[in-house]
Amino acid sequence: MTLALLLPGLAEPIPLQAYLALAAVLFCTGVWGLINSRNAVRVLMSIELMLNAVNLNLMAFSNYLDGQLIRGQVFAIFVITVAAAEAAVGLAILLSLYRNRETVDMERFNLLRW
Amino acid sequence: MTIASTTQLLCFLVLSATLVLGSLGVVLLPNIVYSAFLLGGVFLSVAGLYLLLNASFVAAAQVLVYVGAVNVLILFAIMLVNKREDLSDIPGLKVRKLLSGLVCGGLFVLLLRVAFTTPWALPGPQPVGEEATIRIGEHLFSDYLLPFELASVLLLMAMIGAIVLARRDVFSSDVITGEPVDQGLLEKARSPLLLEKPVLEKTP
Repeated sequence: MTLALLLPGLAEPIPLQAYLALAAVLFCTGVWGLINSRNAVRVLMSIELMLNAVNLNLMAFSNYLDGQLIRGQVFAIFVITVAAAEAAVGLAILLSLYRNRETVDMERFNLLRW
Repeated sequence: MTIASTTQLLCFLVLSATLVLGSLGVVLLPNIVYSAFLLGGVFLSVAGLYLLLNASFVAAAQVLVYVGAVNVLILFAIMLVNKREDLSDIPGLKVRKLLSGLVCGGLFVLLLRVAFTTPWALPGPQPVGEEATIRIGEHLFSDYLLPFELASVLLLMAMIGAIVLARRDVFSSDVITGEPVDQGLLEKARSPLLLEKPVLEKTP
């Protein structure tokens, strides 16, 4: 109660934009990590971060704009499914890459680059 | 809305602080094991945010799938390939980091601008709250039936693909010519990944 008196904004419900801004932070962090990671496992982690940011957006829209038909939640479940499949295949590829090249450095996986 | 607004806001602030700090840690920490555990924290705080957004089923699915499966899988991968290697310096790495930081900052500003200038149709319809799980079930078995079945096919394909990719085939003879392969190569393929490399004896 005292907090609500101190800051008048505290009694308001959380705006949709707060969730969108949070998801934007998460997504941009993921993009930066995806570009700059040298370790291949960290690249996969960054992809997971980006997928979570998208899911957060979907859930926020589902709650604020589509409260009766919650299609965003169904979509988020599909995204979670695809993300699980992606992680499994990605890590299998990573293991077989490591077995062949003896490294996880992204800069040395350049067989097809030029 | 069963939770009071102030409590909700405090939960949101704590969860978002955990989320932002955790994701920065995932990207920036030099030790990849710490990154993986922080990634679990990020997934958990995202699940908490889902609870704030009246989506208890998706929050449970998030905890089960992401923390229980994906994060454990990533930890397994780290344990399997955790070789300490000194990454060689790449020229222009600092410039690349700076440039990509600028691009990501620009993207962030763009996303914020879109979020704050779009006239969202607020307030929307009243959220269904605890009925969400029933609604999701109805969706999955009526208008989203085809994607639901396709997801099962996708999971099966991913499972088989992961097994095929990660399996280690050792042939004693060349597949094409039929000649016996180099014995040293065979032993190398058989030696487990976790085994340390044999220490070379010092020649006098």
